[in-house]
Amino acid sequence: MSNPNKRRFPRLTSTVGAMVFGLAVAMSPVQAAEKELLNSSYDIARELFSAYNELFQAHWSEQTAEQVSIRQSHGGSSRQAQAIMQGLRADVVTYNQVTDVDILHQRGNLIPADWASRLPNNSSPYYSTMAYLVREGNPKNIQNWDDLIREDVELIMPNPKTSGNGRYTYLAALGYAQQTYGDDQQQIDAFMKKFLGRVKVFDTGGRGATTTFVERGLGDVLLTFESEVNNIPELNPDKGLQVVVPKVSFLAEFPVTWIDANVKRNGTEELAKAYLEHLYSEEGQRLLASFNYRVHNEVVKAETSERFPELKLLPIEDIVGDWETANKEHFASGAKLDQLQRR
Amino acid sequence: MNAAHYRRVGDTALVRRWLIGTAVVLTVALLAMPLLMIFVQAFSQGWSTYVANVLDEFTLSAIGLTLLVAVLTVPLNLVFGVFFAWAVTRFTFPGRKLLTTLIDIPFAVSPVVAGLLYLLLYGNNGWVGQWLGEYDVQLMFSWPGIVMVTLFVTCPFVARELIPLMQQQGREEEEAAVVLGASGWQLFRRVTLPNIRWALIYGIILTNARAVGEFGAVSVVSGNIRGETNTLSLHVELLYQDYNVVGAFAAASLLAALALLTLIAKSFVEWRQSKD
Repeated sequence: MSNPNKRRFPRLTSTVGAMVFGLAVAMSPVQAAEKELLNSSYDIARELFSAYNELFQAHWSEQTAEQVSIRQSHGGSSRQAQAIMQGLRADVVTYNQVTDVDILHQRGNLIPADWASRLPNNSSPYYSTMAYLVREGNPKNIQNWDDLIREDVELIMPNPKTSGNGRYTYLAALGYAQQTYGDDQQQIDAFMKKFLGRVKVFDTGGRGATTTFVERGLGDVLLTFESEVNNIPELNPDKGLQVVVPKVSFLAEFPVTWIDANVKRNGTEELAKAYLEHLYSEEGQRLLASFNYRVHNEVVKAETSERFPELKLLPIEDIVGDWETANKEHFASGAKLDQLQRR
Repeated sequence: MNAAHYRRVGDTALVRRWLIGTAVVLTVALLAMPLLMIFVQAFSQGWSTYVANVLDEFTLSAIGLTLLVAVLTVPLNLVFGVFFAWAVTRFTFPGRKLLTTLIDIPFAVSPVVAGLLYLLLYGNNGWVGQWLGEYDVQLMFSWPGIVMVTLFVTCPFVARELIPLMQQQGREEEEAAVVLGASGWQLFRRVTLPNIRWALIYGIILTNARAVGEFGAVSVVSGNIRGETNTLSLHVELLYQDYNVVGAFAAASLLAALALLTLIAKSFVEWRQSKD
């Protein structure tokens, strides 16, 4: 038992123990000291909410002299909603699809059915629409949806099967066709068939489509969110890309709500509500507008009017009724989208 | 394996050169270049940008979490692997074959599926998760969940290294030690451990590499809370999606450096093993 090696054992375990303890302490957030909020959000909103969180933290400490730390969780919003139903204790959600908030009521019963009426504007503090990005000088003279079905035009958009972004674009085109052809279903179908036929690449997601258009240089028009369309030329100043906003497009809402079950347990109800309400404040709206989202506040609207051309915005209700119908009649396998793509 | 045999395969100098050339080109194109690119990209905006990216608050916390996962996973799997290998090579009992097959499940199952299984079992709606929820214990979407799935994914490594070696060595030496009156602990320390030492270290290296680099399973149970449940591998993806390419590659370079260290350690251990 007098083996000198033996001494190494306890020392090693205690070192490892100390490391684990140290790391665990370092990892665990400082819970006692300040209030905490967890915001579950969509994929491309990281920069937006890290900026907004700073704004809100300053506002909250001014109001209450309390420090608050806000943690962010980002991912595809359907997957994010799934995580909340499986137990992720988010206090608030800020998503880019109404269906993903609805599911928290329908399947998880974590929020009431009337969640959308708890905050102004359908609980959507900002909104966006589908717009176009074209090559330098707009060589194909793209102005509206009817230009997109011309034979010399190639389109890049995300796949409506796999991406909310693509579904929005599809519905925007459908909305235009309905406005133009009224009740004539045959002409609407013919338009949609041509429109889908002009798509050169269906990427799986919005960022993928952007890469195809900008990096690989394919296509004449990229169709995606107006907010993204405006960011791309800023990130690629040498390419001379231009933004075109059509005359009519889809109203894409960005719903927010607090998760009743979680804020009660975390004792953050008041904080969570204040966090979301501040998105509607003038400074909150100004920040949102600086990220190329459209907002409701009249003052900010007037300030930014030249960046956001007027257009006719069609909510989902005006095009197909609701998301459930849209999925069943258009995007499910064998439904309209599949029929139109069949040659 | 005589010379004539070799000659038949590589008939002419041309064929031989062509085959070697192909192997070299493929190795460079598929392995060396991407590895090099990581460092080229990471340092593309200079040393100070690189350091700033590595010292970023969220990158540091990702490093911390990754280390925590490794520090917990490796010792636990070390103990488990030794027990397991000991049990299946030193004893015969019904179900032994089945047990040796079961240990391969983490190899056979895709890590994403493994993560989903844990989520379905320990998530809020799962059997165990619901019960734990009543006591306000949350495993998923926090670091214990990440440690759990990493344990699952890495659990075969140590045992798989030890089993063939211990089978080959047989029990004679240990039986002799018992006859000479060694206690259980003495037996393990003085006889078994020295014999399996290098295989054990090899297993630890593999476990560690996998624990640090695991993506799929961790991604499912992480909840992606920045600064809290983001491991280094997840952080790389997140930075990349944020268009922060330099940051993504800076974080990736840490993982790559670790992989290189692992390779060096692995070759050293293999060399020692062959000497033993």
